[in-house]
Amino acid sequence: MANLTSNFIGIKSPNPYWLASAPPTDKAYNVERAFKAGWGGVVWKTLGAEGPPVVNVNGPRYGAIWGADRRLLGLNNIELITDRPLEVNLREIKQVKRDWPDRAMVVSLMVPCDEESWKAILARVEETEADGVELNFGCPHGMSERGMGSAVGQVPEYIEMVTRWVKQHSRMPCIVKLTPNIADIRKPAEAAMRGGADAVSLINTINSITSVNLDTFSPEPMIDGKGAHGGYCGPAVKPIALNMVSEIARSPDTQGLPISGIGGVTTWRDAAEFLTLGAGNVQVCTAAMTYGFGIIKELTAGLSQYMDEKGFSSIDQLVGRAVPNVTDWQYLNLNYVAKAKINQDLCISCGRCFAACEDTSHQAISMSPDRKFEVIDEECVACNLCVNVCPVQDCITMEAMPKGAVDPRTGEPVRDYANWTMHPNNPMAKAAE
Amino acid sequence: MPATKGEPMSNSLTTPGIVAGRLHPEDYTRHFDDLYPDYAAHEAMVAADRCYFCHDAPCITACPTDIDIPLFIRQIQAGQPDAAGKTIFDQNILGGMCARVCPTETLCEGACVREAAEGKPVEIGRLQRYATDTLIARNAHPYTRAAPTGKRVAVVGAGPAGLACAHRLALHGHDVTVFDARTKPGGLNEYGIAAYKAAHGFAQAEVDWLLQIGGVTLRQGWALGRDGSLADLQADHDAVFLGIGLAGVNALGLADDTAPGARDAVEFIAELRQAPDLSTLPIGRHVVVIGGGMTAVDAAVQSRLLGAEHVTMVYRRGRDAMGASDHELSHAANEGVKIITHAMPVAIHANGSLREVEFAYTHPGETGLEPTGETFRLQADQLFKAIGQTLDGAPDALTLAGRKLAADAEGRTSLPGIWAGGDCTGDGEDLTVTAVAQGRDAAESIHAALMGAGA
Ligand SMILES: Cc1cc2nc3c(=O)[nH]c(=O)nc-3n(C[C@H](O)[C@H](O)[C@H](O)COP(=O)(O)OP(=O)(O)OC[C@H]3O[C@@H](n4cnc5c(N)ncnc54)[C@H](O)[C@@H]3O)c2cc1C
Ligand SMILES: Cc1cc2nc3c(=O)[nH]c(=O)nc-3n(C[C@H](O)[C@H](O)[C@H](O)COP(=O)(O)O)c2cc1C
Ligand code: SF4
Repeated sequence: MANLTSNFIGIKSPNPYWLASAPPTDKAYNVERAFKAGWGGVVWKTLGAEGPPVVNVNGPRYGAIWGADRRLLGLNNIELITDRPLEVNLREIKQVKRDWPDRAMVVSLMVPCDEESWKAILARVEETEADGVELNFGCPHGMSERGMGSAVGQVPEYIEMVTRWVKQHSRMPCIVKLTPNIADIRKPAEAAMRGGADAVSLINTINSITSVNLDTFSPEPMIDGKGAHGGYCGPAVKPIALNMVSEIARSPDTQGLPISGIGGVTTWRDAAEFLTLGAGNVQVCTAAMTYGFGIIKELTAGLSQYMDEKGFSSIDQLVGRAVPNVTDWQYLNLNYVAKAKINQDLCISCGRCFAACEDTSHQAISMSPDRKFEVIDEECVACNLCVNVCPVQDCITMEAMPKGAVDPRTGEPVRDYANWTMHPNNPMAKAAE
Repeated sequence: MPATKGEPMSNSLTTPGIVAGRLHPEDYTRHFDDLYPDYAAHEAMVAADRCYFCHDAPCITACPTDIDIPLFIRQIQAGQPDAAGKTIFDQNILGGMCARVCPTETLCEGACVREAAEGKPVEIGRLQRYATDTLIARNAHPYTRAAPTGKRVAVVGAGPAGLACAHRLALHGHDVTVFDARTKPGGLNEYGIAAYKAAHGFAQAEVDWLLQIGGVTLRQGWALGRDGSLADLQADHDAVFLGIGLAGVNALGLADDTAPGARDAVEFIAELRQAPDLSTLPIGRHVVVIGGGMTAVDAAVQSRLLGAEHVTMVYRRGRDAMGASDHELSHAANEGVKIITHAMPVAIHANGSLREVEFAYTHPGETGLEPTGETFRLQADQLFKAIGQTLDGAPDALTLAGRKLAADAEGRTSLPGIWAGGDCTGDGEDLTVTAVAQGRDAAESIHAALMGAGA
């Protein structure tokens, strides 16, 4: 059996699944239930500075999009940081950590952007004997209007400055949580690294409006006729999160910076994908909010089975395995030639590939009067659209052509690796010696 | 099936002879309620999501009325079932009844790519019902008549063919009078279709809704031949459409086939459909049905539902030659109907009342079906004959094709100015949906003829 124990920047947990800072980690009651169910750790719901806590709206704070059978695909929220008194949270954190010493207990923090505020809160958190802190530079609504959350996360200099204060005033490991609402995710990661962060975690939620009520003309979720953008998360954001994680993992400037992967982790497979792209562990929020804590059994058993099947005995062996294969477009092999192939035994003759290719691609699929669909190799550019629209899995496949074979579309033989930087049409091409 | 609760019954499943009230009152309600209740909104969304929106979809090709099925399903997905209903009605104004009675397993759903792929087609029939019911429930007729043309058309027969024809003609601005021999309009929708397929008075509700188009006058109780001739109709109208169905029935040709207890299945079914209280409808303890089509199945199943203890359906050929679909036959089997094939009736044994029906096993021989020599008898208080309906009461002046009226693809008969469609013509299967298609197409042909050059 694969060993799922995790050691992320020195913080140990029995598995690499932490609950992200959010409602699931709002109080001792939830966190204890999560630990009983088997979660490896939690990042406690973000704490604010001493004083009267923030207040939340008293109407809907979530919006969502669904598949046809109401499968939740994306969730949006306008919740703020914790609205419970600081002392209550700290007391509970201390008690839970004492009762569950083998689980990771990280405390998420967001206080105003001055050194004193950070210094003050860090001292309080240290007393709880929590394992580390996560700096919430990601919350995209409400708190950002007050100069916190993503308002900090969007300015690399602020990230660096605050991270430095945290490292100065605390001995605790420090994770910087990044906002995806930024053009180049590497910049805030580099800033965190410069400030001395032990790790980054990403992504926090994405600015979003989930829908518009077409009777009242107000965005959802709607509070008394008005709506504000919220933060988007859940399965829909995974592709965005995977890309951002991989960007940091493969950048020479942030090489070796530990990453906690967040965004749409729903099954073990999502987690495995984050790990291969360089995340050292993963955090989960929406999946737990949708299905409850019980999913941890599938998440752990699934990952463990996959690792056994692949012969990996520890998480480290998986982490970053796909990173070397993430590259820039300009380095893709332009001499790699594939053709779509339709398995006639599996084809159910729906004609979706035909409609897609005929109307929106390269007119490379033929249709006979008796509804037989075939690829015209002379036209096929291997775009993969037919594969993606085909309702039958593995019915249409992309078959690579062997080197030397003649591509009927171009009349050219398949040649050795060559990319855009070497291509004659590229004015900047470096001539091959 | 056995009755379970409620008031004590006057009779029971085992009471001998042909008697009423074999079941508890609530069992009648349960047995004759909707076979497939309407989808709830969420169910419809889930069912609609299964459609692949096929290119040049095979389900459309399989629909005799060419409904744009993927389009209407997509409209359900997009949250507008009433718009989906309109898409259906554009092609088939009796789309509500067709959703209930079409043998979809041999039509659209049989052609659905998901039937081929998984043996589980998109449930097109139930989705169609959801869409059409939604629009009909609005009770606002979605069509407006064109400006009056001043042309008058006589439609004989208020069945699916006649109604579809009348609606399309009225839509084009013509004035239509529908003449029908029965007391109520609807044809077999009202007098023939199994009760559990058209529950809750749907046939009449549909006619009422359809007539909201305006410009259509119904004359019930008027029979062609009895109350007027084709020439009379032609004198008063610019065109005539005949949708008279099949008013006659085939006879068994056996002595005693009019013995008490022996009757035509269509007549029994019509009585059942019109019965205000099914518990007053007498039914045998031992019922035998002869025939292999939809009528035979419906007579057999509804006999069981009325409380007949033993119901046997006997057909002279094999199962694949039966007019009833596999789906209908397994429904009958589920309801406890025993199905015997390759046997034909040779004698009816009566003694004041019906006692037994004697059958001979058959095999295909040189001169058609031949008896194998082996015979058997089935106990019977009641015998329903369902061996086919025939054309009856058609004007002699019209040419026949086989045993039905000759008509071309547009429904034109051998006489100018006379069109025909539905079961009374030779084309296509005898189904509600084909009757609708032919009525509609004949209306377009009439419209073109009336409005064409020189009109
Ligand atoms: C028991 C039974 C069950 C069936 N079940 C199904 C089913 O589940 N699904 C399906 O698709 N099809 C079914 N059918 C077939 C379907 O009902 C017919 O194909 C369809 O009704 C034909 O429509 P039509 O308009 O041609 O004729 P009809 O529905 O028969 O209508 C003909 C009309 O003409 C009138 N008429 C007849 N003669 C005259 C006259 N001389 N003067 C004036 N009026 C006249 C009649 O009163 C009647 O109203 C069934 C048929 C039967 C008998
Ligand atoms: C209701 C809600 C409240 C959240 N509150 C916080 C928060 O207080 N602090 C924080 O760092 N992230 C917060 N998040 C973001 C999550 O921690 C996480 O980054 C995001 O939901 C993406 O992960 P997921 O796709 O698994 O949900 C919140 C998310 C939700 C849905
Ligand atoms: S064949 Fe089936 S899947 Fe295809 S369009 Fe028709 S209903 Fe939809």
